[in-house]
Amino acid sequence: MSLLAIAVLAAGTLAFRLAGPLLQDRVTIPEPLRRLLSIAAVVLLIALACTAALTQGYGFAGWARPAGVLVGAVLALRRVPLPAVVIAAAGTTAVLRLLGVE
Amino acid sequence: MWRTLDRGTLRDIALVCLANSLVAVSFGAIAVTGGLPAWVPIVMSIVVFAGGAQFAALGIAMAGGGAVAAVAAGLLLNARLLPFGFAVADILKGRWWSRLIGAHLTTDESVAFALRHREPALRRASFWICAVAMFVSWNIAVALGTFAGGFVGDTAAFGLDAAFPAVLLALALPALNDRGTREAALIGAVVAVAATPLLPAGLPVLLALIGLVAAVRRPALLEAETAEGAVGAGRKVI
Repeated sequence: MSLLAIAVLAAGTLAFRLAGPLLQDRVTIPEPLRRLLSIAAVVLLIALACTAALTQGYGFAGWARPAGVLVGAVLALRRVPLPAVVIAAAGTTAVLRLLGVE
Repeated sequence: MWRTLDRGTLRDIALVCLANSLVAVSFGAIAVTGGLPAWVPIVMSIVVFAGGAQFAALGIAMAGGGAVAAVAAGLLLNARLLPFGFAVADILKGRWWSRLIGAHLTTDESVAFALRHREPALRRASFWICAVAMFVSWNIAVALGTFAGGFVGDTAAFGLDAAFPAVLLALALPALNDRGTREAALIGAVVAVAATPLLPAGLPVLLALIGLVAAVRRPALLEAETAEGAVGAGRKVI
């Protein structure tokens, strides 16, 4: 990440945040668009999680990493606090690698 | 302003800040162990200040994706802040600098706390106290994370590459209670993983937005019951 990339991301993000306070008297956001934007955010996060869990470069990441992520996901669904989720995910992957699973 | 809010609200704000601090520590640590210099996560946290987008840009950058893809993913994630700005626009009236600061500190959490109240003074107090507390705790925690990450040597042996996707899933899973969101996310994830061997890094995640077509084709799914419901759906995504 270069400084320029961070600056562009920061400027664009601020524009999204400032639009409401600046344009509130002239524009309203339709409800379907509002909802579409929040679904889009979840779609991106889940896609990023799945590609990061399953792939490395252009290929499969091996079994140890997705197994750890799966353990973390199950704990997260059971509303286990986040630090425990992270430690369980990393710990599972680490132990599997120690046992020779890649 | 402190006196305006009841104890319960203040406690809830503190708990949200604490939970987010843990995410922030992992953000800093993952960035440093992924090979980025410590200033990248620290500067990014201060000037972007949006957890989901920070993780998205970081993940794509660490996977070897280009800066354009990383920035695009971050901006697409932050597009959801657009309606949030309108939701709290009444709070952010006044001098230009307080508008600017308030807008920069707008997050899913500060908007959610503002929307809990109808009375203007309470809305203002909830928004500002949550926003400032989040900004301070988030950035301190990111810096601590980069510090802690510096001590970890072989990240693969510690399984830290599993921590990043686990954090993302923990952030996004609560929003999947909603059926339309779940279908869109499932399609998007399958498309992204299937496209990874074929496309340059970063693009598969953006291609996941095809999943949105599933939500658009069934207009009923796009109708949230209330405005609060819409924010509630987004609130879990920091």
